[in-house]
Amino acid sequence: MKITRRGFIQAAGAATAAGMIGTPYLAMAGSKKVVVVGGGTGGATAAKYIKMSDPSIDVTIVEANKHYYTCYMSNEVLSGSRSIDSIRFAYTGLAAHGINVINDTVTSIDADKRVVKTAGGQALSYDRCVVAPGIDFKFDGIDGYDAKVANHIPHAWKAGEQTMTLRNQLKAMKDGGTVCICPPPNPFRCPPGPYERASQIAMYLKAKKPKSKIIILDPKPKFSKMGLFTQGWERLYGYKTDNSMIEWQGTPKGSDDNVLQSIDAASKTATTGFSEVKADVLNVIPAQTAGKIAFAAGLVNDKGWCPVDLKTFESTIHPGIHVIGDASVATGMPKSGYAANSQAKVTAAAVISMLNGQEVGTPSYVNTCYSIVGHEYGISVAAVYRLNESGSKITSVSGGLTPGDANDETLKREASYAHSWFTNITNDIFG
Amino acid sequence: MQFKILATSALVATMIAGCASQEKPDDMAAQKAPEPAPAKAAPAKPKLQMGATDSMLANTCAGCHGTNGNSHGPSAPTIAGLEADYLLETMQAYKSGNRSGTIMGRIVKGYTDGELEQIANFYSKQSFQGWTQAAVGPKAKQGQMLHEDFCEKCHEDGGTSIEDVPLAGQWMPYVEWTTADYLNGMNHPEKDMKKAMDKLAKAHPELSNATVAHSLSHFYGSRSADGYKRVPGRLK
Repeated sequence: MKITRRGFIQAAGAATAAGMIGTPYLAMAGSKKVVVVGGGTGGATAAKYIKMSDPSIDVTIVEANKHYYTCYMSNEVLSGSRSIDSIRFAYTGLAAHGINVINDTVTSIDADKRVVKTAGGQALSYDRCVVAPGIDFKFDGIDGYDAKVANHIPHAWKAGEQTMTLRNQLKAMKDGGTVCICPPPNPFRCPPGPYERASQIAMYLKAKKPKSKIIILDPKPKFSKMGLFTQGWERLYGYKTDNSMIEWQGTPKGSDDNVLQSIDAASKTATTGFSEVKADVLNVIPAQTAGKIAFAAGLVNDKGWCPVDLKTFESTIHPGIHVIGDASVATGMPKSGYAANSQAKVTAAAVISMLNGQEVGTPSYVNTCYSIVGHEYGISVAAVYRLNESGSKITSVSGGLTPGDANDETLKREASYAHSWFTNITNDIFG
Repeated sequence: MQFKILATSALVATMIAGCASQEKPDDMAAQKAPEPAPAKAAPAKPKLQMGATDSMLANTCAGCHGTNGNSHGPSAPTIAGLEADYLLETMQAYKSGNRSGTIMGRIVKGYTDGELEQIANFYSKQSFQGWTQAAVGPKAKQGQMLHEDFCEKCHEDGGTSIEDVPLAGQWMPYVEWTTADYLNGMNHPEKDMKKAMDKLAKAHPELSNATVAHSLSHFYGSRSADGYKRVPGRLK
């Protein structure tokens, strides 16, 4: 049996484990090189916080794209509330912190030799590697759908060009048209996202194309912030009336009613076990796994996600490599931008301690997810987390949802704080 | 030693209560109607790892309040460089319900008083960077009049005083909402502030609470915060 680091710690006993963790890294003293793979929310935050907290560490970040488009707030681009430029971020901020930014694609990570290789032919050695793979899509579960079809039947679940494709289709749609959103099965990036998307598109249609309709074909029986979303839809978009702009079709547990089976790209028709919807704009958000590099580096479990030690986010498969963000199995935390940002800070602190031969400190995690249901109408869910004693679960200790009886003033403030959150977290990541 | 296990305390009980309302998207499919609990069953006490450092705790706030507590707006307040005592009292007021808020009351309950003190200490050591904002002249003028008559005594030098909460350069919507909450009785002020507000209400019955809060926020928003400098880390 392979002894994982966690198993080793448990075997060694909690009281002495902390002291022993540091030991292997003492050998590395003097060499403090970190390579971060992936410049999304998790990767960029980790790079920045490692460098900011310990400038003596040599930090390199490798990212394939010159800009990053945040998935969060991209629904506001769909409604026309904000520009695509406002969710685009460059890596000049990270470079200004003294981080070496490499615009290249990582093709492999050799965990034994501790080398990251790129498509451009670079071989980057590291003492600790942080991988933030993000997500990839399972294109093969839906008949008639693949990566190529997704160019014009957009998922818009990685922001940028995909977001603009969907935005342009919504703009071109005639009044009275049907928008069909097919959310993915669990687990997936940004659990409230598909429903905020329906809200934002409804806001746009209500103002510009009021005879139109949105149908959500959901493979799940329930969704994140469901009570708050449906309350908002009732107030703003006629939900539950004959004239509702949004129609949500869920799937009872154990049934496959609205599990997407096939699409016909030419006629924009989505077929589930229960219904067939011919749409004018079809938005298929496929099932997800960890991003490609996680597979290439052998960091995934049999479900396609990356198991990690929850205290350090070090891979339980490959020591020396930390995996953070949506791709990691951060038991207890959702796959969200705030969670990735928070995990990156836990990881940064752990990496710094390990490289300096110190005891890894106690982690602390937070998640906050805002959704904008309509103009001056924001809702949120928040949580503060601790690691449990055995290290098996990131445990929520406080938090919760916007109260159901929140007044208009509170909802208005939440919307404004949502926009503040966006400004601040993106500055925290890329600034 | 930083690594501690918190096994039993009143905090844990609070934490369990907090968990009950927490949604778990990934588990939702598995949710069932709760079975009635036996009357005397003690709740399971999760054993948690405690003892995080100041920066580990405080950096989790940056997603909303900005790196090192300097908010880029448009409304979430900057918490960098504020007095540790003030930060601690404010967080405790959110915890006890003496201060209204949107999300803070939900978040702050996740920390012990000792941890809130750690967070307060961390942010008090950062430097406040104020923002001069697009305030409207006539409103700022009315705000200035109100400030000079009722607020200046404590919020000295037009709200830039180093001895107090910086109002100049703070994000205007936050200043407006917080002031309105004080005036409307949603926030519970200390004695001197209560006195000043009562005096203001008596002297200006023609002004609604909303107008007072709005005008004051424009005055403070119009002020340059450049004059605001304080000695980092002062804790009484």
